[in-house]
Amino acid sequence: MHIGIDLGSRTLKAVVWQDGAIIRHQVTESSFDPHHQALSFLEQHPNSRVVATGYGRHLLQQHAELDVITEIKAHALGGRHLFPNCRTILDVGGQDSKVILLDERGRVTSFQMNDKCAAGTGRFLEMMAVSLGYDLETFGRVAAETGIGAPINSMCAVFAESEVVSLKNRGVPPATIAHSVHLAVAGRLAAMVAKSGYGDHLVFSGGVANNATLVALLEKELKIPVLVPPVPSIVGALGAALHGSRS
Amino acid sequence: MSSDFQVKSDPELWEKLGMDVARFSGMPAMLTQAYTNVFLSQKNRPAGMAYFDNMVENIHTGRIHEIMAVKESGKPVIGTFCVYVPEELIVAAGGVCVGLCGGAQGSIADAEKILPRNICPMVKSAFGFKVGKICPYFQAVDLVYGETTCDAKKKTWELLDRYVPTHVMEIPQMKRERDKKLWVEEVKDFKVAVDTISNTETGFKEIAGAIAIINAKRASLQRLNNLRHHNPSPISGKDILLIEQIAFYDEPVRFARQVNELCDELELRIADGIAVAPASTPRIMVSGTPMALPNWKLHNIIEMSGAIVVNEESCIGTRYYKDLIDEGSTTIDQQLERLTERYMKIDCACFTPNDDRISQVIKEYEQSGAQGIIDYCLQFCHSYNIEAIKLREACEQRGIPFMAIESDYSPDDVGQLQTRVEAFIEQITG
Repeated sequence: MHIGIDLGSRTLKAVVWQDGAIIRHQVTESSFDPHHQALSFLEQHPNSRVVATGYGRHLLQQHAELDVITEIKAHALGGRHLFPNCRTILDVGGQDSKVILLDERGRVTSFQMNDKCAAGTGRFLEMMAVSLGYDLETFGRVAAETGIGAPINSMCAVFAESEVVSLKNRGVPPATIAHSVHLAVAGRLAAMVAKSGYGDHLVFSGGVANNATLVALLEKELKIPVLVPPVPSIVGALGAALHGSRS
Repeated sequence: MSSDFQVKSDPELWEKLGMDVARFSGMPAMLTQAYTNVFLSQKNRPAGMAYFDNMVENIHTGRIHEIMAVKESGKPVIGTFCVYVPEELIVAAGGVCVGLCGGAQGSIADAEKILPRNICPMVKSAFGFKVGKICPYFQAVDLVYGETTCDAKKKTWELLDRYVPTHVMEIPQMKRERDKKLWVEEVKDFKVAVDTISNTETGFKEIAGAIAIINAKRASLQRLNNLRHHNPSPISGKDILLIEQIAFYDEPVRFARQVNELCDELELRIADGIAVAPASTPRIMVSGTPMALPNWKLHNIIEMSGAIVVNEESCIGTRYYKDLIDEGSTTIDQQLERLTERYMKIDCACFTPNDDRISQVIKEYEQSGAQGIIDYCLQFCHSYNIEAIKLREACEQRGIPFMAIESDYSPDDVGQLQTRVEAFIEQITG
């Protein structure tokens, strides 16, 4: 039995891999004590080979017998397993966004990560949703329902929030602002993908890939199919489990 | 390594230099801790590093006393920020050239009270050290000789001049014949400024002697860099970076002797198969902008992640020592011409075009036996940041793994940098 565990900034993901298939997966909010959360998951599956990834990987390694790989390698392995021909993976999590390029054999040839700010991340979307009074799901849905947006220029989470406030005060409907925020994020992510160079389709992983509005806007922007795994947030944990099963 | 390492204090000296002693008194303990964590935790360091440990212990005390003794004898003490300012002419006048402080987060808040926030951290850090009176070197200098290699620097010099006499050397940004003529004139002005302090005119003999001294210093660093390229490496990348940083404030003759002694030891180590990391350790070359003392952030992340840094293509690195001055001159004019020719070979990204640098990076990559290049760009350094595009293209054409990072001195991006560096190591090890 192989366990992949992904200690992200917002959520903790775990995958149990046995005989070539996922037999269990779990996604939970990161508490203040994510490594204890991870350890209690591991206790339920003794005698497993464990590989950890994500921001908390090194902390967990101090408390348990396991190997670590980076999120980049984990998403490359997981994405490639789910989409065997993919050459470009976009992973957008709570804290950062990455574009990973693979060669024909699935090895990482280069990658890009956002700089130290929340622009174009799950956290940014979350903050914008809160300032408009939506939960995340509604935020994505209302954005899709209206086709119009007002321009949001700033991708700095702090400045964008003040832009949102000023749009609200100009009487712009919240759904329009929600659409604008999605457009701005899609534009930023598309630029990151374009800068890396991409093939004929894109695999989109990480929790933010659950946002169908964003997926549709990305497809429109990049003019290629954007493929989303059934549970996009566990791609990293799956990759970690696969790494354990192969090495 | 000795656990009794301690960066020394001398409040009396600092008081005399007009420093903010109350504020600075916490600095030695902080540096002691940082140095212990980053350097003394390394295993199997060469014994010859003891000298350089000692230079760090005396960074705010012993070395300052030496510099003040030179100053009190009427010789010039000049602070610089750039490898384009010819230190040979200061040494010729019997003076001291110091590369000034500019690698720490601690002084940035002082600078941001005056300067804009979104400019180069090195410029902010340096300016903050002077404004906050928390750098003994800044307090010791007769004057600062700045240059025009970037906008942030040249405009900051206008303000720095309010706190310490600041001269500016115009560095041309192209390398045509007419630019060289301008540069020779600037070098001559520099010589006058230096000679004015000591009130003597340095002649042919003094300049020849100084050129020989600085050539020997640079040659010792070339030798050191060649030895560290050996696989398995006999010395860590962090220790080499430290030595390259100390080159900017140590006495040049003694420094070269100590570097050569260390090289002798490294030769023995190589012969005996003694290394700091096994031959299978991933080897990374760093290129780009300088890392001023105590900026060890990237090297520390790389080496903590299980790789080793095998080359620094940087101002605090090969750009400082790759070229020597021809010693065959017979007149002062010729000396200054040869000197300028040598300085014109420095391939800073402030020049356009600057394709020589691209070839130089590739050459150093091949010589160092690296497996990938991490290009380091200080935040807001537009010239290096944009040049990284051409560098990436050149690396891609040759199949060289390449990663560009942009960072400042703050610790808040360490987690992200660590992820990037580890992923890069995964990439080059397959």
